[in-house]
Formats: sequence, structure tokens, C-alpha cells
Amino acid sequence: MGVLADTTVNLARAQFATTSIYHFLFVPLTLGLGPLVAVMQTAWYRTRNEQWLRLTKFFGTLFLINFAIGVATGLVQEFEFGMNWSVYSRFVGNVFGAPLAVEGLAAFALEATFLGLWIFGWDRLSPRLHLATLWVAVVGTWMSGYFILVANSWMQHPVGYKLVNGEAQLTSVWALMSNGFALRAYVHTMLAGLIFGSIVMLGICCWQFLRRQDVDLFLKAAKLALIVAVPVTFLQLVVGNRFGAAVTSAQSMKIAASEAQWDTCQPCGFSLFQIGGFTASDPTPSFSITVPRLLSYMATGSFNGQVQGLNQLQAQEQRQYGRGNYMPDVRTIYWSMRVMAYMGMLMLLVAAVGAWLYWRQKLERSRWFHRTAIVAISFPYIAATAGWILTEMGRQPWIVQGLLKTSDANSPSVSTTWLAISLTVFLALYLLLFVLDVWLMRRFGRRELEAAPEAPAPSAAPEPAA
Amino acid sequence: MDLQILWFVLIAVLWGGYFLLEGFDFGVGMLLPFLPRNERQRSTMFETIGPVWDGNEVWLVIAGGATFAAFPDWYATMFSGFYIALLLILALLIVRVLSFEWREKSESPAWRRVWMWANAVGSVGASLIWGIALASLLHGTPLDSKGEFVGTFADLFTGYSVLAGVAVVLVFAFHGATYLTIRTHGELCDRAARAARGLSVAALLVGSGFLAWTVAVAVDRNDKDVFPPVLPAALGAGALVLAVVFIQRRRSGLAFTATALAAVLLVTTLFTSLYPRVMVSSPDFANSLTVSGAASAHYTLKVISIVAAIVLPVILIYQGWTYHVFRQRLGGDEPEPGLPTPDPPGVEPAA
Repeated sequence: MGVLADTTVNLARAQFATTSIYHFLFVPLTLGLGPLVAVMQTAWYRTRNEQWLRLTKFFGTLFLINFAIGVATGLVQEFEFGMNWSVYSRFVGNVFGAPLAVEGLAAFALEATFLGLWIFGWDRLSPRLHLATLWVAVVGTWMSGYFILVANSWMQHPVGYKLVNGEAQLTSVWALMSNGFALRAYVHTMLAGLIFGSIVMLGICCWQFLRRQDVDLFLKAAKLALIVAVPVTFLQLVVGNRFGAAVTSAQSMKIAASEAQWDTCQPCGFSLFQIGGFTASDPTPSFSITVPRLLSYMATGSFNGQVQGLNQLQAQEQRQYGRGNYMPDVRTIYWSMRVMAYMGMLMLLVAAVGAWLYWRQKLERSRWFHRTAIVAISFPYIAATAGWILTEMGRQPWIVQGLLKTSDANSPSVSTTWLAISLTVFLALYLLLFVLDVWLMRRFGRRELEAAPEAPAPSAAPEPAA
Repeated sequence: MDLQILWFVLIAVLWGGYFLLEGFDFGVGMLLPFLPRNERQRSTMFETIGPVWDGNEVWLVIAGGATFAAFPDWYATMFSGFYIALLLILALLIVRVLSFEWREKSESPAWRRVWMWANAVGSVGASLIWGIALASLLHGTPLDSKGEFVGTFADLFTGYSVLAGVAVVLVFAFHGATYLTIRTHGELCDRAARAARGLSVAALLVGSGFLAWTVAVAVDRNDKDVFPPVLPAALGAGALVLAVVFIQRRRSGLAFTATALAAVLLVTTLFTSLYPRVMVSSPDFANSLTVSGAASAHYTLKVISIVAAIVLPVILIYQGWTYHVFRQRLGGDEPEPGLPTPDPPGVEPAA
């Protein structure tokens, strides 16, 4: 019985993890590419330089392919709480449901409707109004991110609620909306979106340079991408670090696990790399590279700060919540944190080198850099996935930090068999989607950029007479 | 008005909006394999719903989120209990969403045929299952004393719920056809009118049968009097009769208005029959989920009420404006709008 219950919860977790990670491969590119495309169209509107129009249409198509998959997979996320986590839904609905409902009303409706206007409105709206529809859609996507992160942050750091008859009830919507955790997570996630947009755009421009395709045109886009990428990748390191400090106070266990810090330390060194040291029975790494005092600074802001260890936190949570294991999987959390951070630094490096090459007017000719930038397209995807693994697996065993355990939160009426079947359905569907998407993107990227964007070839070939 | 009742009504309104709007884009999707004479007309059909389907689906997203926030117990029981039905709907909707974006990305006839069928199957399937699922809320499924679903997928299938599914499919197909009659011209418009006439009688018969049976189920299984459910049911049947009359008399604008009303009144009848419960339990009627039992606390309802009061009218304004922008009729015989091709020799472009 216990084993079956574990399997059921693990299947539900696997399903939520796969579907939400997949969803978040498309969402941040939408968040980041949206404003960049809007800037391009604004530049066209202001200067009437046809090059900006061609770039708007080129990157606009990428933006739309992504948005469509984001919508399709987003509906799955909204339904999945109720389908797989009914106990959770009952427990949190009063609080967590509100930002989700508001997201639909205030943000999603805006982005979906106005993107429809933008896609089909080229000939039907005045240029000024048409440009405005894109900006409104972009505002919609950024608002949407805020409400979703308010909901998610409440699971990490519950605020503005009271418990009534075993259910969380909202007591202050302002506390909910101004949750410090949510505001930091929002800035961190929106910066991640801009990194996605700019790094992907830079990579695509470099691909075009490599193929010597419309070099002048893509140099303009590369410049825009670099103007965004350099400051934003740098800012993200600072913000990410500040966010880490906020997590330390709300979720000490998550930070201790992300550092594989078994015992309380003061001052604490930051482990850059280590072999072993990831389990309670093997707490000391056989090999490690450590920067003295850096962890103290990152977690507390002082080079002599104290960071609590996993063992001490486990004892403390046992006293507070009763017997049980309160540690997440240390190895996964340690590495997801590092993969995210190292990818962030690599992206800063790529952006900085790209900017230097641009400044020396060598960007379009540095073929080694083109290949690097193409590979770097994968970096934001890896970093974001690692970031969510850190955030959500680091929260375990809690589904709502300190209030409800994941193992108590799944739907009692959904059998293990059906969870397995639905997981298979989503995996198969998403795999198919992915293959088709890659095929489309490659095809799209290879196609000659339309010489005259106002007059593409008719897309419907006349059918032979019936 | 009591906020719990307000939110029950609002969720009915959201479902009504969903049936009215996505109803016709589902309907157009269902007709894709059968109605157009050639690929160009089929592209025009896609184009009549291309700019708006996404905004239409918003109503479902909002209905889902609103149910989670306003009635967590309803959301939890329905979504976990109707698991397989919702899984199927999600899969069908995902495939359908992609058909809009991806069909036009290649000119290969095989590629286009695949996505045309994806859209058609998605439209029929999602309509059918939504009909079955929503009807099952009223007909009753096994719930335990804690409000958990304890039945199986088979409990969703009764004569009544299946009829509901078929009625929703037929009414949506009819609604989609009348939509095409006001959004197209030329041969495509004629074909749409012919399809609408063909569908009208079936939609009237099955739709009215569903409405009448709903009133009977409300009385038998949900402890309701004939009144008030009979009122929206009669209006719904009346709207279907009018739609049949208008489409026969080639009054397409009025026919579309009538099918739109009919789609909304299907939802109205169902929700009127359901109140004051949100999910009927059968066989243990006492375990039914009620509006007051499933609702969130007053404070949450107050917060989302304020947001809805401000935002819903704004949504109506900008979605209305969208329909105004894309009001122009499209022809199946001319080149697709937005894709200029050389003017035919000797023919002046229409003003």
C-alpha cells in the first residue's frame, strides 16, 4: 500500500515536472522575444526603414510559433492542479486560485486577443494601432508572469493567510501580491525571459552570418540583442544572488541542500565542484574546490555569516512538524543550482565577447564566435530548467512550504494506472510537438528571408479541379 | 447579491461565453472536411476563425481559473473525477491549437490534410466531451461524504449525457455554419448556407430534446421544480426554431444571432437546473456538492469580484472591437486577404 501510494505520488510529480518544464521552454522565449520584436516594429514605425519591418516579420514568426505552444501547454497546467492534485486544490484554492483567476481575466485574455489582432491586423489596422496591439500583448505576457509567480511563490513562502478547518484562507490580498519572495522571483524570471530572447536572437543572427545571409540586416538585430544581453546577463547574476539570499530566510533547507552543507558553518566556503558528499552517510566530499567565505556572503550578505546545516535543520523540522525526512534530494539540488549559475556566467561571457567583437566591427566575420553563439542558444534553456528543478525539488517534501506535504496532496480518485497512462499521453504528445517544432524552426530558419515581406507567395496552391 | 451566487452565475456566464464564441470556431472546424469545394475555400474558412479562436478559448481558461478560485471543492472534485474526459479534451485542444499555427507553414497537401483533420477531430471531440461532462454534473456521479469522486469513467456515460454531447456537437456545427454565412461571400457563403440548412433541423430536434430532458433530469435527480429550468429551456428551443426559420429565409445575420442565443441557452438551462448544487451526487444525493459548500471564503470572493467587475467589461470591449476589426467578409474564390497577387486582367479591384 505504501509503495503503491509512493508510486502514485511520484507519477503525479513526474507528470507535473515534465509538463511544467516543457511549458517553460516556450514561455520565457515569448516573454523575451515579445518586447524585442516590439522594439523592432517600433523602429520600423519611427524610421520607415524596411529592414526593421523584415526583421519584425522574421522574428515575429518565431515568437508566434512559441506562443502557440505556450498556450496549448498552459491549459494543461491550469487543469493539472485539479486533475492530479485535488487535495492540494481544496487546501489552497482560496488563496492560490485567486491569482490564477486574475491571470486569466487580466492578463491572458489581453495577450491572446491582442496577439490575434497583431497577427492578422497588418492590413486592417493603421500602422500606429497595429504597433500598439503588439505592445499591449507584450504587457499581457509580462502581467501574466507576475500573477503566475505570485501563485507559485505562495507555495514557497506562504503569506497573507490563516488556516480554517484544515484549509488555507486568504486574509490579505496585499500581502499575497507584495510577497517579497514573489517580487524577487518575478524580477529573476523576467530577466531570464530577456536573456532567452536576446541570446536566442543573437544565436540566430550568428547562424545567418555563418551562412552569409542578409548580413547587414542581421547585424542590426545582433546589435539589438547585444544591447539587451550584456546588461541583462550581468544584472541577472546580481539579482539571482539576492534572490538566493531571500530563499535562505524562507527556505533554509533548500539553500543548505543546494550547497550540500551537512553541518552548520561560520564562515562558510562556497563549493564550486565536488565529488561525493551528497548523502547523510557520506557527508564529506572525496574531492572539492571551495572558495573560502563566499557562501557566507552569498547567503547572508556578510563574509562571516552563519549558514545552517542540513542535519541541524532536519532536527529542527522534526521537532516542529513531527517525524519524517525533511531534506530534498541533495545531489540534484546541488547540481541544479550550479548548472543554472554556471550557465548564467557563460551567457554573460558570450554576450560580452559578442559586444566586443561588434565594437571592433568583427562580429559578422568571426566564424568561431558564430558557432559558439549557436551552441549558446541552448544555454538559457538549460539554465531555466535547472532553475525550476532547484526551486520545486528544493521545496520537497513540502508542496506548500511548512503547511502541506506533497505525499498528502494528490488526487485520491485518480488511480496509478491512469496517472501512468496520462503521463504517457503527455510525453508522446509533447515529443511529437517537439519534433515538429524543431523541424518547422529549421525549415523556417533555412528559408531565404523574404525579399519583399509585403508580397510573399500565395500560400494556398490552387487545387486541381474536382 | 450573495457573492457565492454571484460567482455561480459568473461561471455560468463564462461557460455561456465559451459556448457562444468557441462554439462557432469549433463548428467551423467540424465543417472543414465537408464544406469547402477546394483548398482555397478551406483556407478562407481557417481565416474566418484564425484571428479570434485564441480569444474565444480565453473564456475556458477564465472559467477554469474562476472555478478554482471561487469553488475550490468543485474544481478539485470535477477535475480529478472527470480525469479521463479532461485528459482527452486537453489532448484534442492541443492538437487543434497547433493546427491553426502549423497548417500554413507548409504547402504540402498531405501536411495540410493532416492539420485540417486535426482541427476537425479536435473540434468534434472537445465539443462532444464537454457536452457529456457538463451534463454529468447534473445527471449525477458517485461522490463520497467528503465530496471525493468515487466513480469511474463509465459513470459519465448515460443516455442523457451522450445526447447532451451530440446536441452540443450539432448546435456548434449549426452555429459555425451560420457564422460562415455572415463572414464569407460568394460560393463559400452559398455552401455554408446550404450546410446550415442541412444541419438546422437536426440541431433543432436534438437540441430541443436535450433541453427538455434537462428539465426532466433536474426534476427527477436534482430536486428541482419544473420552473425555473423550463424557462431557459423553452427560450433555447425557441431560439433554435427561429434559427431554422431565419436560415430558410436566408436572413444570415438573424440566423447567427439565433444560434448564438441557442448556444448560450444550452448553458443557461443546464446551470439553472443545477443550482443550488454544483455537482449532483448519485446514488447518494446527500453527498452532492452545493454552491455554499464548495465556495471559497467571503474575502477571496470579494477580491476576485472586484477584479472581475473592473476587467470583464474591458475584455468585452476589446474582444468586441476585435470582431469589429475582422468583420469584413472573406471570399473563397479570391486570393487570401493579406496576400496580394496580381489583379486579374481587366478587373478593377473592389473598393
